Amino acid sequence: MTEPRTIVDKIWDEHVVVQDPGAPAVLAVDLHLVHEVTSPQAFSGLRERGLTVRRPGQTVATADHSIPTTPRSLPMLDAQAAAQISQLERNCADFGIPLHGIGSPSQGIVHVIGPQLGLTQPGMTIVCGDSHTSTHGAFGALAFGIGTSEVEMVLATQTLLQRHPNTYEVRVDGRLAPGVSAKDIILALIARIGVGGGTGHVFEYRGEAIRALTMEQRMTICNMSIEGGARAGLIAPDDTTFEYVHGRPHAPAGPAWDAAVARWRQLPTDDGATFDKSITIDANALEPMITYGTNPGMGIPITSRVPSPSDETDPAARRALEHALSYMDLQPGQPILGQKVDVVFVGSCTNGRISDLRLAAAALKDRRVADGVMLMVTPGSDEVKREAEREGLADIFKAAGADWRESGCSMCIAMNGDQLSPGQYAVSTSNRNFEGRQGKGGRTFLASPLTAAASAVMGVVTDPRTLPGIESLAAVGGR
Amino acid sequence: MAQPIGVFTSKVIPIDKENVDTDQIVPARYLKVTNKDGLADALFRDWRFEEDGSLKDPPFILDQPGMAGRSILLVGDNFGAGSSREHAPWALTSWGVRAILSTGFADIFRSNSLKNGLLPIVVPAEVHAKLRDIIERDPDADLTVDLSEQGVLLPDGSTVDFDIDPFAKRMLLAGTDELGYLLSKGADIDAWEAAHPPRIETRASA
Repeated sequence: MTEPRTIVDKIWDEHVVVQDPGAPAVLAVDLHLVHEVTSPQAFSGLRERGLTVRRPGQTVATADHSIPTTPRSLPMLDAQAAAQISQLERNCADFGIPLHGIGSPSQGIVHVIGPQLGLTQPGMTIVCGDSHTSTHGAFGALAFGIGTSEVEMVLATQTLLQRHPNTYEVRVDGRLAPGVSAKDIILALIARIGVGGGTGHVFEYRGEAIRALTMEQRMTICNMSIEGGARAGLIAPDDTTFEYVHGRPHAPAGPAWDAAVARWRQLPTDDGATFDKSITIDANALEPMITYGTNPGMGIPITSRVPSPSDETDPAARRALEHALSYMDLQPGQPILGQKVDVVFVGSCTNGRISDLRLAAAALKDRRVADGVMLMVTPGSDEVKREAEREGLADIFKAAGADWRESGCSMCIAMNGDQLSPGQYAVSTSNRNFEGRQGKGGRTFLASPLTAAASAVMGVVTDPRTLPGIESLAAVGGR
Repeated sequence: MAQPIGVFTSKVIPIDKENVDTDQIVPARYLKVTNKDGLADALFRDWRFEEDGSLKDPPFILDQPGMAGRSILLVGDNFGAGSSREHAPWALTSWGVRAILSTGFADIFRSNSLKNGLLPIVVPAEVHAKLRDIIERDPDADLTVDLSEQGVLLPDGSTVDFDIDPFAKRMLLAGTDELGYLLSKGADIDAWEAAHPPRIETRASA
């Protein structure tokens, strides 16, 4: 009789190459994702030491962070970004790493293309020099962001040094109401535990509400694990997972598929396994969430009022709230509904997938973006863009007056010229509302694609549940 | 490769904020570099500089008189949250920071710091409050960090002990890095790979 194990333990145990007494484990990496921003110094390190890439066939690269989202036929105007891209191209060519770069039909945000290509599979260890690598946990993979020194280590050895993480059960019971989405679950979690609540832990999302989610919705949740302080977050694989993976370009096929599924079915946490921490969220009680402050933990149900510093008993929290409200230029106790909006951004590795665009398009169909509001829609990958154009979503966005862009990280990280002006307010489907994140002086409200689209139409922060036909609208995203 | 950390003494720069994210430490527009140099100017860029490059008035703590040359930060909880950018510790060390005292660090930032000779020191809340008190009363108080003894010597002669991963400590004291250690495990990695065929082949035409 073996000890009951969590899914994290099972993946961990299988991937420990060796562990010296007192040292961290040498952990094998199944898939290493590379992008232009966090890899150049790692490749330089390899060259300095005369090293090669150990497993180029388990490594894959794309360009996403600093690339423009203007038409691909236009030249890159930012010389520094262009140099970074050409360095990525040279590094991939020199070291034999496949690159889904600009102009490739499989280009896209690194956390969108991994799943799309079928490279992301259950039970894997997946790393990338990007904190939103937690996204891939949606498939029951142990996936986490690493720094550039670690990128170099993984390139050279296909391993890295890790201490066993603690586990944190996030149980989401019940059922979401129409208009309430995966984004609202994760924003509600982070609002409850704070941006450091998951530090040192891996979240395992469980429960009825999680099981009911599509893969893309699960990715939205796992994506923002890092905003709750957890380096990784995952969901045990099930039939929903297998259906999504099946038939994708890099998915196992034939007898190998059956063998893989049989293996994947062993992954879920055993009955009786214990977690280091645990929290329960009631999906029935959730409303659409929105942030009002300058970190993702500063979130409230959309019908609530902005908190007052005077209600904060902890002096540090009070100062932080005062500072955030001053940056956001919001009044304590004001409703967030009706707050004016200048820009709406739909996209990112959090909410830039086809189902996100379907939801936003459903809310915008036969409507117009409010006067004075700029709506930017940035598909998460070139494939998402093509699909959205095929389904007529792009036409809906354009007819509504939105700016339909090429794929990339775009205004989520605002490195590529897509950015807010100082003082502007944005409702954004991205993952971070840090000061200046979407452009110096810009002010971000994080929310779901439905909330973002509804707010674009009304020109102010709007509860998507007030949209006519919300029941059928919400169903567009899949249940 | 990082310089070994020995015993060092410095006055302290207090940054009394919690949840300082790496977008504040180095804004994303400075991530287009392809080397590690020159990031000192990007450090806390938007807290320090106006749009035209002039210093804020009043200046941010880093740019106040007497702060240049200090190598210890005292910061609020969950320092280094958010993005995994290693540019954050690169910018801090290139400005001259060698140790950061806090009640807690974000996981990736802490890991990145240890790989760059930057020592994240976690202290309990009451010790953090005591340190803030000391700095408030004497902004020029000296602290001495002794990694091998895992202690911070306070001006009153008392010592605050801190925990650190023993493996990370060994690396920091020797100024060696983890890659060298991993490369020494080549035979183990070979054996693991022989028993675990790759799940994917990214170079296969899809």
